[in-house]
Parts: sequence; C-alpha cells; structure tokens
Amino acid sequence: MMALSNVLEAPAAGFNFENSSRNAALQAGLEGQTPRPMKTGTTIAGVVFKDGVVLGADTRATSSEVVADKMCSKIHYMAPNIYCCGAGTAADTEKTTDLVASNLTIFSLNSGRKPRVVMAVNILQDLLYRYRGQIGASLILGGVDCTGSHLYTVGPYGSVDKKPYLAMGSGNLAAMGIMEDGFRPDLELDQAKQLVRSAIQAGILNDLGSGHNIDLCVITDRGVDYIRPYQESQYKDHRTNKYRFRQGTTPVLTDTVVPLELEVVEEKVQQMETS
Amino acid sequence: MLQKNSIGLVGRCICLNLVKVRNCISNICLASLQTTIMAVEYDGGVVIGADSRTTTGAYIANRVTDKLTKIHDRIYCCRSGSAADTQAIAEVVNYQLGFHSIELDEPPLVETAANLFRASCYRYREELSAGILVAGWDRRKGGQVYCVPIGGMLVRQPVSIGGSGSTYIYGFMDSNYKPGMTKDQCLELTATALSLAMERDGSSGGVIRLASISEEGVERKVILGNQLPRFSTH
Repeated sequence: MMALSNVLEAPAAGFNFENSSRNAALQAGLEGQTPRPMKTGTTIAGVVFKDGVVLGADTRATSSEVVADKMCSKIHYMAPNIYCCGAGTAADTEKTTDLVASNLTIFSLNSGRKPRVVMAVNILQDLLYRYRGQIGASLILGGVDCTGSHLYTVGPYGSVDKKPYLAMGSGNLAAMGIMEDGFRPDLELDQAKQLVRSAIQAGILNDLGSGHNIDLCVITDRGVDYIRPYQESQYKDHRTNKYRFRQGTTPVLTDTVVPLELEVVEEKVQQMETS
Repeated sequence: MLQKNSIGLVGRCICLNLVKVRNCISNICLASLQTTIMAVEYDGGVVIGADSRTTTGAYIANRVTDKLTKIHDRIYCCRSGSAADTQAIAEVVNYQLGFHSIELDEPPLVETAANLFRASCYRYREELSAGILVAGWDRRKGGQVYCVPIGGMLVRQPVSIGGSGSTYIYGFMDSNYKPGMTKDQCLELTATALSLAMERDGSSGGVIRLASISEEGVERKVILGNQLPRFSTH
C-alpha cells in the first residue's frame, strides 16, 4: 500500500489472510469466549460550511456492554489540512488512518505539495476494498485543499460517497435527522458548529454506543481548530477520595536478600580507539 | 494493451486463491445499489437514467447517489449491485480505457468499454455483485447500449433496464418502447419508466438523474422528487 509518489510498486495482489488459521485455532481453544474487540459504537458527523469543514465525534469506546474508554479520541489527524473521524473497530480505524497519514506525509515530502482530500479517499478506498470488509472501519474524511472544501465517507467494504453533510456510526440515524433538518448550503462557522454539536448530542442521547463528551474539529484554509472537548458530559463523576498512598502505608514484615552467584564464563577485553 | 492490467482488479483486491474467512462484520455495512437503471439508444446518441438511492440494509445511506459514472468523454455506465464493487470496477475500467485511448490516439469505442467491463465482471464473477449498463456514442456505430449483468454476460440491446426496480417496468417497456424515437421522446420514456419503478420498488427512490450522450457532448439533468411524473391507480 504505497503513496502515489511510489506508483512503480503496485501493492501485492490478493488478500493477506496470514492470521486466519491462527485466529481459527485460538477461537477453537477459547471455546467461543474470545475477547470482543473494542468498538467505537459511535456518533460521528461532518458538515461543509462556507469557509471549510466541521467534523464532530462523541468520545465513548465500548467493549460489548462495558465502556472501555470515556475520553477516546475519534477525530484522527491525516494531514495538516485533512482530518478523519472513525467509527467501527477502534484498532482498525486507528491503524488505517495512521497508515494513510504516513503515506500523505511521504507524498508531501516528495512532491512539496499539500495533499488533497481525494488522495486520502482513494488510498483508503483501495485498502478497504482489498480487504473485503474485514477491516471494520467506517470513516468520515474532511479537509480543505487547493480545490476547495470536501467531505467524504468511506464504508468498510470500500464504497465512497461525497456529500455536504454526513453522519456515521451506531448513532447516525439520530444524528442524520438533525442534519437533514438543520443543514443549509453556505452555513456560517457558528451555525455549522452548532449543527454538528446538535447532531452528535442527538446520537449521545439516543444511542447506547455513544456518550460522554463532544469533540469538534474545524478545518479552514487558514488552519485547524481542534476543540477537545467542545462540550463536556453533564454526567461527570467527582472522586470523593484521594487514592494516593504514602510510602510506608503497607508495613514490611520480612526482608530476605538472596545473592545471585554468577560464574565468569568468558572474558573479552576490547581496546577502544580514541585516536 | 489489455495485458497491462496489473494495476487493474488484481491489484485492487481479488485473488482467486482467497481463503474463506467467516465474516465477523454483519452485512448491514454492505452498501448496495438496489436500484433502477435504464439506457435507450436513439439515432445519434443514447439516453441513460438512474434513481439515486443507496441502501445499507433498511437504511438509506445516500439519497442523492450519482449512479451514472463517466468512463470516458462519450461513454458512461449505469451501476447497480454492490456500491463498493461497482465503484471499484468503474475506476479500473476508467483507467484501462483512458490508457487504451491514449495508445490509439483516438476516442475509444463503446464496445471496447463494454468488453473491459465484461472481462472484469466475468473473471471475478464469484466474488462480485455488479450489474452494469454501458452506454455511449462513438464515431463508428453511433449510439450504443450494452448490458453486462451479474455473471458477466455481454449483449447489445437498443433499450435496456436493470436493477431491482426494473422487474416492475418490463411490461411498460415492452408496450411503450418503439424503435426510431427522438432524443426528447427517449428522455420522457426514461423519466416515466424510472418514476414508475421508483413508485413500486422500495429499494429505488430519491431523484432521477438523466444524461443524454451524443457527438456534441453530454447533457445531464436532475428531476427532483417533487417534479417526478405522477401516476395513480385509483
């Protein structure tokens, strides 16, 4: 999987299922109690406004019914002018976006240009299609480049859609309702931020897989404003105690020292050249 | 030239020695273009049309999809089936046809484009789910419509319909299509047929996207939801 600058090396044909037999053996050994992957059952949304793109995401990562991470970061960096929200399996979205970010950096260094959003989309589509849906990543890419502001979604099977407003993840039905109602072409920055905030809020309130804070990322041609968190959860818990223990809290009952007897097997002396 | 498809579908994804692994991700993420697509020939060009709905399960993932994809300046294809598969195939054929056209130093033939689609669709028929209508204009045979359904058949037809919604309009097409129609008659026929299919098929809907391709160029039109032709059985 190479950046466009390394066009000469085409990716190896076919799928890489090296681990499939190992996984099958593990599953047989564990008898169905395999650890569930951490999913970002999620609400992510994006909207194109007058001067750029606003991306938003919640911050809950779940492992089945347990919240694995309350402050998970779902808006990933791809390039100085391109950011990507990821829904689906947390590891997949993280690694896929990292891979593309590296490729875009190589491209930038090679060509001296800022990468375009459509480049990232093409690389992602290629990768996800090649793996036939085995990589569980639903992504919303947004960015501003020399051709304008763009917002794309890439599905886990490799299908791409380009739209002015999008929502993905388990909470996307709730978020899409807000988006459909509130979207207008050429929104102002504050309106766009409010729209995305409301959409994510709808997802948080109505979807069990989404929750906690709302992160926003505003991308314009002047730069990026990564607001984390934009809105904090109302249900924050406050620790009532300090859980630090001073030295000596646990009393030492006995102290045993066992010297390790070492035998000199080989001795080598090497002169250091200091000239 | 057609040997140089190493950056074609093989590089893209499909290997015939693939190991079947149980798919952990439910097929609800698979975006599908259950759809209605249509293409009609007239003297001097073709008219193509499609609805605009992409579904993942029962949810409409995209209600404004553009299923009329440009393959070359005067050659378009209408996509139905799996969104990912058809997008991938169309990109591959786009590349192959562009390369071929540069080698020949003249615009490619619609039959060539159709054969490129057929080559990919037939070779990987077990893995793909793609029903495609290839339509365009070239200097040798004028307007042509080729049908490449699931399985990878290739046949030229004066008028062709495809997708899940097409089953509802076979009768309409059989009774209303007449050879020798003008461009405007074809546009009206396509709009009416698609509208009828969208009315009855749950997987088709949204807006109607039309395009007419001729020697002069490509003219695209959109008929919005509230402007669709209306019918009533009572």
